[in-house]
Amino acid sequence: MTEVNIRKSPAKFSIPKLSSNVWKVWQRNADVFRKTIGVNFLPSMLEPVLYLFAFGFGLGGFIPEINGVSYINFIAPALVAISLMHGSFLDCTYGSFVRMYYQKTFDAIVATPISLEEVVAGELLWGATRGVINSSLVLVVIAISGLFTAQPLITAPYFLLIPLIAFFGGLMFSAIAMCFTAIAPNIDFFNYPMFLLITPMLFLSGTFFPLSSLPQTAQAIALTVLPLTHIVNLTRSTLTGSTETLLSLNTQTLIPLGIIWIIIIAAIFFLLSINLMKKRLIH
Amino acid sequence: MEWNIFSQETRDVIIKATGLTKRYGDFVAVDGVDFEVYRGECVGFLGPNGAGKTTTVRMMYCFLPPTSGNLSIAGFSVQADDREIKCVVGVAPQEDNLDVDFSVVENLVVYARYFGISKVDALKRADEQLAFFQLQEKRDMSVEALSTDMKRRLIFARALLNNPQVLLLDEPTTGLDPQVRHLVWDAIRQLKKLQVTIILTTHYMDEAEILCDRIIIVDHGKIIEDGKPKELIKRYIGETVLELDYNEALIPIIKETFSDARVEVVGELMQVFTPKPYGVFESFLHEHRIQNFTIRKANLEDVFLKLTGRGLREVD
Ligand SMILES: Nc1ncnc2c1ncn2[C@@H]1O[C@H](COP(=O)(O)OP(=O)(O)OP(=O)(O)O)[C@@H](O)[C@H]1O
Ligand SMILES: [Mg+2]
Repeated sequence: MTEVNIRKSPAKFSIPKLSSNVWKVWQRNADVFRKTIGVNFLPSMLEPVLYLFAFGFGLGGFIPEINGVSYINFIAPALVAISLMHGSFLDCTYGSFVRMYYQKTFDAIVATPISLEEVVAGELLWGATRGVINSSLVLVVIAISGLFTAQPLITAPYFLLIPLIAFFGGLMFSAIAMCFTAIAPNIDFFNYPMFLLITPMLFLSGTFFPLSSLPQTAQAIALTVLPLTHIVNLTRSTLTGSTETLLSLNTQTLIPLGIIWIIIIAAIFFLLSINLMKKRLIH
Repeated sequence: MEWNIFSQETRDVIIKATGLTKRYGDFVAVDGVDFEVYRGECVGFLGPNGAGKTTTVRMMYCFLPPTSGNLSIAGFSVQADDREIKCVVGVAPQEDNLDVDFSVVENLVVYARYFGISKVDALKRADEQLAFFQLQEKRDMSVEALSTDMKRRLIFARALLNNPQVLLLDEPTTGLDPQVRHLVWDAIRQLKKLQVTIILTTHYMDEAEILCDRIIIVDHGKIIEDGKPKELIKRYIGETVLELDYNEALIPIIKETFSDARVEVVGELMQVFTPKPYGVFESFLHEHRIQNFTIRKANLEDVFLKLTGRGLREVD
């Protein structure tokens, strides 16, 4: 009898072994998305459009220029950032939880040569893709709306980088979301991250008013713990050419800082979420 | 005897468990079992609710890691080579985990893709399976619109997409009507002809007796018996069973008349088990003018009830 090493605790923290199987999981979600495009699409589009109209066109008329641009020009890049955050975060909380817990989709897939690690990684890549899809659509809406504003809403050529930003930003939000999914006792649990993390970020990340108008401490906190702040900096600079100046740091510093911050956080939560999921599902 | 030893050694062991144990916290669901399954064999795992059948099956397709002991499938260890194992194993789980986001045929095609089967091949295989399991008319329906038995059939069909060497069927016929049950049996018989190794769990003893080459009876996570259905019946029960209304006065008479018989009282019923054939009871029944009786062949259910006791078990 050959001796076989038993993994004493199967859920010990480890670097996941991933293969191209990850894409098969991604494809499964992409197929479902394509089938249900009508119901998936419109709601996620509606929100940024409403913000653009209510705040941009409506409220914006009463607000003086911010950093030399009109209010609608100020918030348009933030709407791109918000849409990618929502797309990725919602898919890897509610969406993944339903697939894992109610539909037993993960159970079915892990009976095939695909591992649980690859299932979770595929879900994260799909979550990132939702971020790309949502933000690209909002970008189109903004480009068209820009035809009716005094100044176009997209003034820098770097806007072509939005899908790339959305992918990595989306991966980061997906991975954070998946950590909540891994510890969620039930689906109502997601009220906590939605109200305690997503909603505050929605308003406190330099989205609807300049972060530079808040005290330095608040700016420092936003840059340290609110991921959306960095995404907004990136979308704003790619659409308009520059970020706000925060903590007396300008675009040249904030952009590399943001990119590094996003990559580090995305990597940490990517590994953490896969390990937490294994801990939850492999006993 | 010599022939037996010879045949055992030349046969190819495809599943081997030694000291296989699974604990959930402090609860021991599978308690140090040893068993072997040979290539092309159909082995039935029988046991009361909660005996540990599903847990054992789940360890075979690497869904659950064993707490201790060894388990190998087709020469691969479940602890180390899960990907290799899952390539050659087909699974029809006890619970329904069809993908509700897809139609019937999409369920098969998407599942085949998980195995790396090309779209063309997947569609071809899917349509073959749908035809065999008589699901063609439901091909493009949502799986949510299927009845329970159709879902069971689709789960079975899905388990065959990768042409498995080892097929794990966890209660494939629970809740099915007789027609569908026969369809499933037919599928199992065809797969046996193709030398597919089959692990079958079921609560239907007639099914196990008909389909399985060998039976493993488990209870409280332990194997309590392992053998061919016919041999087990012969060993534990005998040949013929006489069932008649309870009558205390008859018991000593029966014991005297049939020295090698065993009498058991179950509620209002008496059962007499004997290793002799049918005719043995004739004169006795005539003599005592017993009208209300049944004589039947001993079966696996008699063995099962004898070995696992008649008391009701916890039901999940
Ligand atoms: N995830 C789990 N956590 C804790 N206990 C479990 C878990 N899964 C199963 N059990 C327990 O382990 C025991 C064996 O369960 P298992 O599902 O293997 O039984 P079974 O023989 O398949 O029963 P059935 O005939 O009802 O399907 C049961 O007592 C069950 O309650
Ligand atoms: Mg079971």
